[in-house]
Amino acid sequence: MSVDTATVAKIASLARIKLGDQELEAMVPELNGILSWVEQLGEVDVTGVEPMTAVIPNTLRLRDDVIDADPLTGGNRRDAVLANAPAAEHGFFGVPKVIE
Amino acid sequence: MTESTYRIQGATGDWEVVIGLEVHAQVTSNSKLFSGSATAFGAEPNSQVSLVDAAMPGMLPVPNRECIRQAVRTGMAINAQINKWSRFDRKNYFYADLPQGYQISQLYHPLVGEGSIEIVLDDKDPEGSTKTIGIERIHVEQDAGKLMHDQHPTMSYVDLNRSGVALMEIVSRPDMRSPAEAGAYVAKLRTILRYVGSCDGNMDQGSMRCDVNVSVRRPGEPFGTRTETKNVNSVRFVMQTIEHEANRQVDLIESGGKVVQETRLFDPNTGTTRSMRSKEDAHDYRYFPDPDLLPLELDDAFLDDCRNSLPELPDAKRHRYESDLGLSPYNAGVLTADVETARWFELLLAETAKAAGKQPADVAKQAANWLISELFGALNKLGTGLAESPVTPEKGGELLALIAKGTISGSAAKQVLELMLETGDDAGTIVEREGLKQESDTGAIEAEVDKVLAANADKVEQYKAGKVQLFGFFVGQTMKAMKGKGNPQVVNEILKTKLG
Amino acid sequence: MSQDLTELGVAAIRDGVAKGDFTAVEVAEAFNANVAAAQDALNAFIVATPEKAVDAAKAIDAKRAKGEALGKMGGVPIGMKDLFATQGVQTTAASHILEGFTPEYESTVSQKLWDAGAGMLGKLNLDQFAMGSSNETSYFGNVVSPWKRNDGGNASLAPGGSSGGSSAAVAARLCPAATGTDTGGSIRQPAAFTGITGIKPTYGRCSRWGVVAFASSLDQAGPMARDTRDCAIMLEAMAGFDPKDATSLDMPVPEWEANLSADMKGKRVGIPREYRMDGMDEDVLKSWDDGIAWLKEAGAEIVDISLPHTKYALPAYYIIAPAEASSNLARYDGVRYGLRDLPDGANLQDMYAATRAAGFGAEVKRRILIGTYVLSAGFYDAYYTQAQKVRTLISIDFKNAFESCDVILAPTAPSAAFGLGENVDDPLKMYLNDVFAVPASLAGLPAMSVPAGLNREGLPLGLQVIGKAFDEQGVLNAGLALEQRAGFTAKPDKWW
Ligand SMILES: [Mg+2]
Ligand SMILES: [Zn+2]
Repeated sequence: MSVDTATVAKIASLARIKLGDQELEAMVPELNGILSWVEQLGEVDVTGVEPMTAVIPNTLRLRDDVIDADPLTGGNRRDAVLANAPAAEHGFFGVPKVIE
Repeated sequence: MTESTYRIQGATGDWEVVIGLEVHAQVTSNSKLFSGSATAFGAEPNSQVSLVDAAMPGMLPVPNRECIRQAVRTGMAINAQINKWSRFDRKNYFYADLPQGYQISQLYHPLVGEGSIEIVLDDKDPEGSTKTIGIERIHVEQDAGKLMHDQHPTMSYVDLNRSGVALMEIVSRPDMRSPAEAGAYVAKLRTILRYVGSCDGNMDQGSMRCDVNVSVRRPGEPFGTRTETKNVNSVRFVMQTIEHEANRQVDLIESGGKVVQETRLFDPNTGTTRSMRSKEDAHDYRYFPDPDLLPLELDDAFLDDCRNSLPELPDAKRHRYESDLGLSPYNAGVLTADVETARWFELLLAETAKAAGKQPADVAKQAANWLISELFGALNKLGTGLAESPVTPEKGGELLALIAKGTISGSAAKQVLELMLETGDDAGTIVEREGLKQESDTGAIEAEVDKVLAANADKVEQYKAGKVQLFGFFVGQTMKAMKGKGNPQVVNEILKTKLG
Repeated sequence: MSQDLTELGVAAIRDGVAKGDFTAVEVAEAFNANVAAAQDALNAFIVATPEKAVDAAKAIDAKRAKGEALGKMGGVPIGMKDLFATQGVQTTAASHILEGFTPEYESTVSQKLWDAGAGMLGKLNLDQFAMGSSNETSYFGNVVSPWKRNDGGNASLAPGGSSGGSSAAVAARLCPAATGTDTGGSIRQPAAFTGITGIKPTYGRCSRWGVVAFASSLDQAGPMARDTRDCAIMLEAMAGFDPKDATSLDMPVPEWEANLSADMKGKRVGIPREYRMDGMDEDVLKSWDDGIAWLKEAGAEIVDISLPHTKYALPAYYIIAPAEASSNLARYDGVRYGLRDLPDGANLQDMYAATRAAGFGAEVKRRILIGTYVLSAGFYDAYYTQAQKVRTLISIDFKNAFESCDVILAPTAPSAAFGLGENVDDPLKMYLNDVFAVPASLAGLPAMSVPAGLNREGLPLGLQVIGKAFDEQGVLNAGLALEQRAGFTAKPDKWW
């Protein structure tokens, strides 16, 4: 499968990366080069093969339902959460107004 | 199973409505699905946000056992298939309330599979009007944050307190055919969730939200194109959404238009729905298994614990109230519709039986009737509910036992209840103070009856000659002589014996 | 001072400080001086933190004065790859989008190192979001390898990537050791390019908490140092169960240093025939043969093994890693931290697109777009699911191979360091650098690169040892056996 300019534009829009016209044009052959190369995977017979789920045999651990047990993964730290925000106001993150 | 006869009468004929619901129910837990921050409602903005919830670089999710447990218990309560192997997937999209740029959800391998619930379409006939609604799946996922649009002229504000709170998404089959069925489904689902304790069911606080999928078709024809109205947050609004949406679609089709598959928004002020433009750009969520999380594998011990911790569920309880306690289907339905009501009733029943020295089954009807017609009515008048009732099950039981033992009459009991609600005093204290005790001593009543019969020998003759309607006269005279405090039942019995 | 302390490695510094041969502050100051002197020429650091190194050293010296234990890394100053979040110190992943980002938290791995007595010399440069094999994708300028070819030319060489700041800094004696991360070879390939040693442990050994994610199912942190012993020491300090990482291995950390042994008697070393590829660099082939001979000499039995799906590892990797990255990097949106580009009249979605366009470099964009495409509707199964199935087959290949051998020996990279700018215009050629490194990453296995010697151009070549899951000890021991026989003592001439 190969991608055309419109497809790359659509992918870029899905990925929220604004591409200038030139950048877009340049990206098309680059992506096609990579895609046609990875498509050799299609040669591999994968009948009956499960997709990899856990690379090292291991199952999901569940944690106890405790609030703020570890400050690194708990709440009550609004200042830390907002410390790097480009537009923090009145305890909120500010973004351009959204019309729903 | 009842077939729905609900139809939209269009200009060109009748239309059937097809409804499927996706209910997002907030899982009752102390902390969030993948982080340790609190889930409590109404906190200061961004105060219940961890570095994980804010999707800081390098942050990782670790799932909360309680959230998984509650979802499994919920699945068991709807007799669903529990998947011992499930996975979390990422649903990728960009929005300001979604810090990670993806929602951790379950698409390919949900925790809970196929199940069903039974709804009742007529309260008066709960056994004869049931319909089974299929549930396709329940999966566990993260809630999003909240956007506020009205606090700044050019900015929206983001509060991530809800971000990462655990939700169960309960997806029904498109099995409902009328607003009433959908309403009954949501109400029943809420009942079950509250019994299980997996969701508090507070729809006004957003603990339960419905995505309402509606389409119309000619009866018997294939499904039409559906629309999805998002985040409808009351049973009444769900029903309004369906009515409006079904009529809109019929009008649209009949005037030559076509229903487009789209996301819509319900406006509670107008009772109408409108297209949600902001969600309309062609979404491609690029679901894939979350590589930060391994597959979730549940063992038998975990499942046993979930199963063993399930309470008696509403349907089972209703049936038991009918068969073991002899309650009417209607009363059984009312008392089991909410877990708190049922809990209250069972405490009342236990207290009444204890105080009256009887078996619960012997006082069940009395307790049920009193709770439904007396206490509910009185609380309703006070504008309050069972949770805030000044009359506790213990105090109610004492009152009911006084009636059961014949200490007070039914009419006196009404008076006692009123005073209990007013003063907060015990039934016994009030009965003493107000002198409401009735005479049940057979000896004393017999003496009064003898006096009345002796004083009215002529009427006794007439009665014996066949004028049986005079019986009421003798009762009245006896009661009058006893200043209204004779136990009417005992008076009746004694009179019947004496008059032959 | 008579001794140049910056010639010492981790073990020597730790032991010297403990014995009182020199103080930790003396060590920190010596390395701080080297860091400062090399910065303009090598650009190995994004931020230097000399005061942090000295403060940590002072604390160690004070402990020693009180007779307290100094920790596994007591008195050793190290470089920290700028992919690890460091509290109060800018953490960028070498991207513009995170420029100025100052975390309010410390990654688990870096915290463990500080707890073990190490100090921080600074944050090391890398390929942007760890995507690259030459360090040329860094927003903060590429790192220059301290090595030069012996051809009399003065070409600037790549230090490898993505942990190129780490490899260059260790090779140039700017630090005795540094952290690296390896997603598809990012510890091993730069180690090979610069004549140092680096190990990627079993997936899950080192916590990923607080490490800027590239591809979650592949990312693993590990040490980069001068020799095997130093790597063993540092890996002990970095590894360990972390309840904050759901993929963390809940296993005790073995005593790798104490159990080091170069005796390979009774061990079988597998030589994968599929790694012998057409048109392979002769010097690389020769160093591989040297390695085989050395391990034989150390007592090992050499066995021929087959890893039939080797050819497909790289293409599978270039589906899986970009797919995960496209999602992992969605959080860089200009809302909560980092760069925000808000053009006039832009709405929220415009802001995202502008911010990400301005904040990500070309290679990062390329990989996000590839990842977005392979996950998109209609293509997911053909690309992503197929790649994950191939990954299963690659993992099975290794399992089968380890039936007949204990460790696998292969080259680390198909060539020695290339010149900066040589591969930048051809992404595919660049990707081929990791052809030998990627299979072990896809299978989550421990793998190490050890310097094997110099090629005809006077540049280092690395040998790779791949082990069974959890068998870092076997890998380290084979690495030690190679190291002892290779006798690699070459170091770059100081031209900076
Ligand atoms: Mg929905
Ligand atoms: Zn949902």
